[in-house]
Amino acid sequence: MLRQISGSIAVAEAISLCRPEVIPCYPITPQTHIVEHLSALVKSGQLKNCSYENVESEFASMSFCIGASAAGSRTYTATASQGLLYMMEAVYNASGLGLPIVMTLGNRAIGAPINIWNDHSDAMSVRDAGWIQLFVESNQQAVDVHIQAFKLAEALSLPVMVNMDGFILTHAITRVDLPSQEQVDAFLPPFAPRQLLDTSSPLSIGAMVGPDAFTEVRYLAHHKQKEALAIIEQQASEFADIFGRDSGGLIKSYFVEDADIVFVAMGSVVGTMLELVNQLREEGIAIGILSLRSFRPFPANAFCKTLSPNQELIVFEKSFAVGMGGILASEIHMATESYNLKIHSIIGGLGGRTITSKSLRKIVDCVLKGELEKEVFMDLEGATVVRELKRQKEEQSSGPAAENILRDMGVVSASKTH
Amino acid sequence: MTKLESKDNVQLQHQHIKFYQTGTFTVGNRLLDDELRTVQATQERSNSIDSGHRACQGCGQALGARYALDAAMRATNNKIIAANATGCLEVFTTPYPETAWSIPWIHSLFGNAAAVASGIAASLKAKGDNDTRVIAQGGDGGTTDIGLGCLSGMFDRNDDVLYICYDNGGYMNTGVQRSSATPAGARTATTMPLGENPGSSFNTGKFMPSIAMAHEIPYVATASVHDLHDLERKVEKAMTFRGARYIQINVPCPLGWGSQPALTIKLARMGAECGLVPLFEAEYGDLTESTKIRYQIPVEDYLQLQRRFSHILKPANSHQLEAIRKLAEKNIKRFNLL
Repeated sequence: MLRQISGSIAVAEAISLCRPEVIPCYPITPQTHIVEHLSALVKSGQLKNCSYENVESEFASMSFCIGASAAGSRTYTATASQGLLYMMEAVYNASGLGLPIVMTLGNRAIGAPINIWNDHSDAMSVRDAGWIQLFVESNQQAVDVHIQAFKLAEALSLPVMVNMDGFILTHAITRVDLPSQEQVDAFLPPFAPRQLLDTSSPLSIGAMVGPDAFTEVRYLAHHKQKEALAIIEQQASEFADIFGRDSGGLIKSYFVEDADIVFVAMGSVVGTMLELVNQLREEGIAIGILSLRSFRPFPANAFCKTLSPNQELIVFEKSFAVGMGGILASEIHMATESYNLKIHSIIGGLGGRTITSKSLRKIVDCVLKGELEKEVFMDLEGATVVRELKRQKEEQSSGPAAENILRDMGVVSASKTH
Repeated sequence: MTKLESKDNVQLQHQHIKFYQTGTFTVGNRLLDDELRTVQATQERSNSIDSGHRACQGCGQALGARYALDAAMRATNNKIIAANATGCLEVFTTPYPETAWSIPWIHSLFGNAAAVASGIAASLKAKGDNDTRVIAQGGDGGTTDIGLGCLSGMFDRNDDVLYICYDNGGYMNTGVQRSSATPAGARTATTMPLGENPGSSFNTGKFMPSIAMAHEIPYVATASVHDLHDLERKVEKAMTFRGARYIQINVPCPLGWGSQPALTIKLARMGAECGLVPLFEAEYGDLTESTKIRYQIPVEDYLQLQRRFSHILKPANSHQLEAIRKLAEKNIKRFNLL
């Protein structure tokens, strides 16, 4: 059914179609509308046989998911940013225990400085946590990928995190095609747990594992992620058969085959890039986009198969490893080592800064002229940074840097307090 | 132990025991009527924690956990699932590939046993399973410190979980550090008997049963491993309620207390008899029953058997001994123990 609704409402409706049995929730912007809507669906009786609980923290929320999933219930929650960090210990625990929980991450920056807007710092903070991490470009994909996420999680007995850009997707009202219950039921069978807390067949879950077996257990986690590569592709194709849409999969390439320059990105920015690429193509510039839809597992083979050795990559990412650089860029370097590709690392859109076609166009122009540096912070106000560095050098007690920069840029009118 | 259906029955049993106990505490099952003997005296008794686990000699927690969970098994026709916090109980019961648990059991993290248990209860509710009941358990550190948020949330939502805290007054699994349940004055690895105020600081700490009562949950009780009949009765009673319940069991720890393993039961009893370990029950936030002290003993009799308090008994620290006496008096008054 076609609906004109926000991304959050669309996701909540999609989750409801997946017949979740337990949903603990804790509010955090920008995912809150998802769990609000689910609360209404349960309260009104539209979503039946589902325990919805308001818990006291994200740490409790994921812990609640762990208990519910181990007791055999299809379990869902959503969080973002600081919430993800607060639940971190349980995030690792859920994947370590192999529990097929599905969680939406409404991607948002991490503080300090506190910032509620979109970037991918939160997703990247859990890149080694053992979860499957999928990214969506649009709200239609958000709907579709959540439905696939439960099937994937339960096939692997691993938790799956669906990353959707905060505000840009969660709050955007767009047209989405919500599938019917019959379609979802045909795609997603009832949950058959691999391990179950059951009084008729008691087992112990969560024992201590020492040096003698830890490597094997951890290797198995790595192996399962690699197994996921084939399952993600297969499920995307099954999904397309039933729902008639191409959603999900490991990667999506747009005009890559004959391109000289290829944007590599994750999430909603692909939409902005696609508009630019269409325009540039009309101008005769051979440019394409490679959208990473699965970040964990990292689809290195699919990635390499799509690219050709002489292409130049512009890896655009909304987060970075402080003191090191682009995270995605580093991983792509590693994945494409034998290709000897020219890779530019562009970091942009931090803390919700608008990513404009104009700025992306400038990057492409620099690449065409051979003037682009290896690492670029897009739209960085260099003068502001220089001014703060100077201040810190000259004054021992120069005060908090973030507040100084805000004052310098005139974002707020604050008086010097130190 | 026969299932006790009413309060009258409970009192009746107490009278029976009192009748036989003429000045000693050593009366055993043999003097009880058949129907009042403990289930442990039969071949058919439930067995939540099997032999062969790795608890220390004289471990109060191993004893308390087994009696508590066995009682819960009997009360639920063996239909219980347990969530365990990280700690001694978790470590000594699951030296994989062996496990001492004969019930479905999950360990997730140190601070989340209550939330994991709440999740299990939510799952059972979603599936319409009203028979299977859920128990969460942890030590005092996992309960009063790192697990307090999740526990308070469980109480707040009145989730159908019985939380059992095995209180040995410190982080014994990590090598005896102070928790917020460490008694005032006690020596731990992080509150050494040094300086002007040796041991754990006075006027600090939390008494979790009172915090539980403040949530007005259906049932709160304290118990101790020296009175296993009382412990079993309280667990069985807890299982007659729906919603959040909390039982705190006083479990001496020979390692952390610096006591003889053989004295575990004696120390547990002395703790109660000197007033430092009040035993009581509360329903919906109100105190309903207190176990009276039958032979009150001076606190120093209790303290002197534990190396963690040895500095308290030195003349230079008499102010600390006096402060501990006051704590016992306060408990006696607050919980009506005499």
